[in-house]
Amino acid sequence: MHELAIAQSIVEAIGARCGDARVTRVRLAVGRLSGVVPDAIRFCFDLAATGTTVDGARLDIEEPDGWARCRSCGGEYRVDDLILLCACGSADVEVLRGQDLTIRSVETVGSAETVPSTETASSAEVT
Amino acid sequence: MCGTCGCAATTTVPLEQRVLEKNDLMAARNREWLANRDILAVNLMSSPGSGKTTLLERTVRALAASVPVSVIEGDQETALDSWRVRAAGCRTVQVNTGTGCHLDAAMMARALRELDPPPGSVLFVENVGNLVCPALFDLGESVRAVIASVTEGADKPLKYPHMFRTADLLLLNKVDLLPYLDVDLAVFERALTSVRPGLFPMPVSATRGDGLADWYAWLRARQGRRGSSGPRESLGRRDPDSRSPQRLAG
Repeated sequence: MHELAIAQSIVEAIGARCGDARVTRVRLAVGRLSGVVPDAIRFCFDLAATGTTVDGARLDIEEPDGWARCRSCGGEYRVDDLILLCACGSADVEVLRGQDLTIRSVETVGSAETVPSTETASSAEVT
Repeated sequence: MCGTCGCAATTTVPLEQRVLEKNDLMAARNREWLANRDILAVNLMSSPGSGKTTLLERTVRALAASVPVSVIEGDQETALDSWRVRAAGCRTVQVNTGTGCHLDAAMMARALRELDPPPGSVLFVENVGNLVCPALFDLGESVRAVIASVTEGADKPLKYPHMFRTADLLLLNKVDLLPYLDVDLAVFERALTSVRPGLFPMPVSATRGDGLADWYAWLRARQGRRGSSGPRESLGRRDPDSRSPQRLAG
């Protein structure tokens, strides 16, 4: 049940980015190949949000499809799991999309001063 | 409040924030710390009861004379495994995750501070016995070794593709029990290939010693390349060097 840890990470990340702003809605992308079960996230989210600025927020989850490309025949096709056999018989397949595990956006009461993500901040320092 | 009707007006704030960003940044720091000290860190993952601790006991006895070895033991509760591995002759740190089902990069960082493994050593991380959750959490390890035992059945890779897809090495343990089981190794190999192309199982018996020379040789080869490991690539990467030397079925 790693979804509880994932839900806690979501709440912490929103707190780090949005400070004290009260959050009323969270939009998540949980790709079909991400290894995370949306229903389990919904189950854990309220628990993780209790007593934080995200407490009571509505959770919307989009589930982007998985897509893969076969290195043998070059075909691209939709996949619903990580058993990636191509119709041509090859298992030499790369995942193109569907592994997302991303907080797309949040809705806050009033305006929110957001802090850039650590990743963005560190890549900005490099460039 | 909105100035017109007094409702609580909301603002949409785009974040595009990866949920595991914090863990992955911490894992990157762990990886850099280990690489700077030329430490080979092996993340051992499997279901409960597949033989991780027995394999570690034997591996520690075999390697400890030639290279410093230490172990981070992850379990929900107890220090039983830590005591077993310590008795085999190495330093250990026990991490109890309580209700948690996996180790994460922050736990790894704390364990590294406590253990302080010496430069040039080999560090094993025995993850919590679980084929689901540990797959998602990068610890900053150099390599991932997944153990499956023949008693678990030939279809395990298909049932837990996330775990098997991230493996650099697949140890197939308990092969000494094969005469008593109805398990088709060709089926296991096909299942593994369909979720992790290019990887073939390395058959071993941690109790009897079969195949362990291959495991030690693999570790020494990896240790020879230590320090050169960059950040983990995304799932689906391919590494021809991770092939085991022996195929089970043709």
